[in-house]
Amino acid sequence: MRKKYRILLAKPGLDGHDRGIKVVAAALRDAGFEVIYTGLRQTAEMIVEAAIQEDVDAIGMSILSGAHMTLFPAVLDLLKKRKCEHILVFGGGIIPDEDISKLEKKGVGKLFTPGATTGEIIEYLKKALKEGRKEEAVF
Amino acid sequence: MFDKDKLKKIEEEKRKWEGVYKTCKATNRRCITVSGEEVNPLYSPADIANIDFSKDIAFPGEFPYTRGIRTNMYRGRLWTMRQFSGMGTPRQTNERYHFLLQRGQTGLSVAFDLPTLMGYDSDHPRSLGEVGVCGVAVDSLKDMEIIFDGISLDKISTSMTINAPASILFAMYIAVGEKQGISSEKLTGTIQNDILKEYIAQKEWIFPPLPHMRLITDVMAFSSRHVPKWNTISISGYHIREAGATAVQELAFTLADGFAYVEAGIKAGLDVDDFAPRLSFFFNSHLDFFEEIAKYRAARRIWARHMRERYKAKKEESWLLRFHTQTAGCSLTAQQPENNIARTAFEALAAVLGGTQSLHTNSMDESWALPSEKAVQIALRTQQLIAFETGVANTIDPLAGSYYVESLTNKMEEEAEKYFAEIERRGGVLKGIEEGYFQREIAEAAYRYQKEIESKDRIVVGINDFLIQDEKIEIPILKVDPEVEKKQVQAIKKVKTERDNDKVKRSLENLKKVVQGTDNTMPAILECVRCYATEGEIVEVMKSVFGEYVEPPLI
Amino acid sequence: MSLLDRFLQKDEVALSRLISYVENQAPDYRKILSSLYSRTGKAYRVGITGPPGAGKSTLVDKLSCDLIQNGNEVGIIAVDPSSPFTGGALLGDRIRMQDLTTKKGIFIRSMATRGSLGGLAFATKEVSLLLDAFGKDFILIETVGVGQIELDIVDACDTTLVVFVPESGDSIQAMKAGLMEIADIFVVNKADREGANRIVSELDMILDVRRKKGEWNYPIVSTEAVNNKGIDDLLKKIKEHRKYITENHLLEKHRKEQIKSELKKIMELKLKELLEKNLSDANLDQLAEKVYSGQEDPYSAGEKILENLNL
Repeated sequence: MRKKYRILLAKPGLDGHDRGIKVVAAALRDAGFEVIYTGLRQTAEMIVEAAIQEDVDAIGMSILSGAHMTLFPAVLDLLKKRKCEHILVFGGGIIPDEDISKLEKKGVGKLFTPGATTGEIIEYLKKALKEGRKEEAVF
Repeated sequence: MFDKDKLKKIEEEKRKWEGVYKTCKATNRRCITVSGEEVNPLYSPADIANIDFSKDIAFPGEFPYTRGIRTNMYRGRLWTMRQFSGMGTPRQTNERYHFLLQRGQTGLSVAFDLPTLMGYDSDHPRSLGEVGVCGVAVDSLKDMEIIFDGISLDKISTSMTINAPASILFAMYIAVGEKQGISSEKLTGTIQNDILKEYIAQKEWIFPPLPHMRLITDVMAFSSRHVPKWNTISISGYHIREAGATAVQELAFTLADGFAYVEAGIKAGLDVDDFAPRLSFFFNSHLDFFEEIAKYRAARRIWARHMRERYKAKKEESWLLRFHTQTAGCSLTAQQPENNIARTAFEALAAVLGGTQSLHTNSMDESWALPSEKAVQIALRTQQLIAFETGVANTIDPLAGSYYVESLTNKMEEEAEKYFAEIERRGGVLKGIEEGYFQREIAEAAYRYQKEIESKDRIVVGINDFLIQDEKIEIPILKVDPEVEKKQVQAIKKVKTERDNDKVKRSLENLKKVVQGTDNTMPAILECVRCYATEGEIVEVMKSVFGEYVEPPLI
Repeated sequence: MSLLDRFLQKDEVALSRLISYVENQAPDYRKILSSLYSRTGKAYRVGITGPPGAGKSTLVDKLSCDLIQNGNEVGIIAVDPSSPFTGGALLGDRIRMQDLTTKKGIFIRSMATRGSLGGLAFATKEVSLLLDAFGKDFILIETVGVGQIELDIVDACDTTLVVFVPESGDSIQAMKAGLMEIADIFVVNKADREGANRIVSELDMILDVRRKKGEWNYPIVSTEAVNNKGIDDLLKKIKEHRKYITENHLLEKHRKEQIKSELKKIMELKLKELLEKNLSDANLDQLAEKVYSGQEDPYSAGEKILENLNL
């Protein structure tokens, strides 16, 4: 087995501030992850479709525009529709505590807020993905 | 600056001092600037021996303007206190403007929401969740009329942070003036209109570079005839810095963009002295006090030299680098937000000591949301404290002659020149953008900075040291009413039923013809906004001719 | 329902999952491939290689758009390098294919090289088999494109495109020898730029030596992928090449060659696994000791081990 963790990083919505997500992408690469970066202005449909095609273990989204309450649930809903709830959705951005707990209840993984280190993100992913997913019967 | 014998003696004495210094116990703190530059523990006349006072420093209001662009600087007029502001519906934003003006603000600065910045109307599917969130939502002239309700446009200058669709919002502003009975010649203010830094850093683009450059030169040409007091571009380093650039990168990339606009104007057949006086700049003020001051001083000197010598501008106004400053949003912390008041004060002080023409001070809560009334009032008061209580505005360029500041100013200029040469070698700014050169340089600097924080080579209070366990945020955080989106969608529907739709259709068709040809686009855009065509409708017409820009590949 | 059943019902989630099994060499990956092998051979595979910044991803994007518009299903494999130090990778080719992602009939997969050096990932060919079995009509494979000659692509494709930009005049000289071997069609992208004509005539000169009357003429196509210019022309040339090699039985010959190297690879891999399974570190240590102390030479020691494996 030559398994590698594959992470899709995307910026949904209209906001173009990609400093944070690019730092995270570089840090994950340096920690041995395979990072698929899909770029700016992704719709929920684009993100979920790309995540499926790339068979990623997790989707990381960066949202600094305040549109998190719309964009995270949109991705979760689509994943559910495609029966891909095994893909972990985590993220980062300017997200108030009360919104974080609301989103976590909906099924979003950890949300990192300003000041979080890349070390924390790496550690979180390694821990969260360690169990691996339930393998399906091939034949 | 000094005679040879004296200098020799000073150097000797400095060596002696260094001998003793090396025996002293040293801190293990890394002494680097915010940009990661090593600095010396001490500067002396030896560090500025090559400076020629008259050539390099001179007097304020004199070439190369290192000490400031006006003879009397703040003795004549203080900088404009201009808080960047806008949120929710046009009505809410109008109320905030009246609030700020009542509290002594001296200029307006409009923050638009993301759909407006990207050319989408509030009812576009891509606007979902973003209407009125990061700024005010503007769809048609109607919204602009409300934003400036009760504000006489000939009494105040207005800055608008708008880039890709700048000419449309500019046209709306002119149209609001018309409705108030104020002719466009009397309007003063700025549109950011700086698309190059969008490709480089802020990433709010719509069209490919060439059509965008045409829209910009159209605005320059139109304004020089019809809106002569308007700043047609605010060439911005702010966003470049926020994206992670170092101070030198901010300086070099911004001025390189400036040169690119000058070259575009000349290439479009304009006389450099017709448009250069209306170019203005916009810089960041980060926490490294002296580095920032040196950056502003170097910027003025570089611009003056290049404009006079390289672009052969003859008018003095063409040589002057006038700039607005905003304190660094990226230096604020979400943790212990009250500390941001102090951070902002230091940064604002650097901007003033660097000779800024106008200033925005960030509010302490801006890591979390748009500022509350209380927070924005403290931010504005910070400027008033600097202006009226600290005494720093009494003396012009008080740090001139500081061995450290002058040597740092020189170094900034040298390093920037190295970048200019590299950009030239790569075939210019547009080529650099296309190849991702700037984006890569900035992303690398941002990654380096983050690693310095994580390794604690750099201490950020409240982030990697001096933490408060289980901290509770005790300041109010502003929330934008989710009803805003609904209200805006209703408003746009109303406008579309009330306007003369045949006229709208004709004006859009005419615009398409103009866009396909080579005529100046501004008059046709003005026609469209006057009959309440929406921003989204106008942008769609342009997209159908210009196409859309695609993000360049990563690394 | 098993993954394979779902795969056969054209479930993309299952396709993607099986690709990972193959890429990770999961225990069953050979069985997966052999059970689907009879369904392969229908897809036409086009390789795209060239120096960094040549616009390969954008070309793939535009070619795919045209192909699906004509009713084809398209699979795309985009390869980017893994870091030799950390094993991590930053795969960014999708940035240039954003609108493609959600189009019907498209499946894009990014692959990291994971230590492979010839311009493709170790399992690119196997992944292309899966896309083929899934029913893709065309498979576009984009190589790493880091500058050196990437020869693996020939072994994974039917038609190979080599992409240049006007600025890559120098690299042509450097890459000349390798290029002659691999390219079927040359593309000069960003042809609106200065120097485009020069590079076309330079290529022409080099190719004239190679071109023979009545044979494939190694065409040069100028494109501006960003502006969607020249794409239809390129597609036409790809189709002509396909027709030419099919009619002249060159495709058959080429694919048989590919099968040979596939067979070799399968056996080599199996042998390697066998060796690794049978040769413990302790065993090796012991042997090294013997060779070092002069009791044995490494050549006869190696022979003996292989004999013991009872191949």
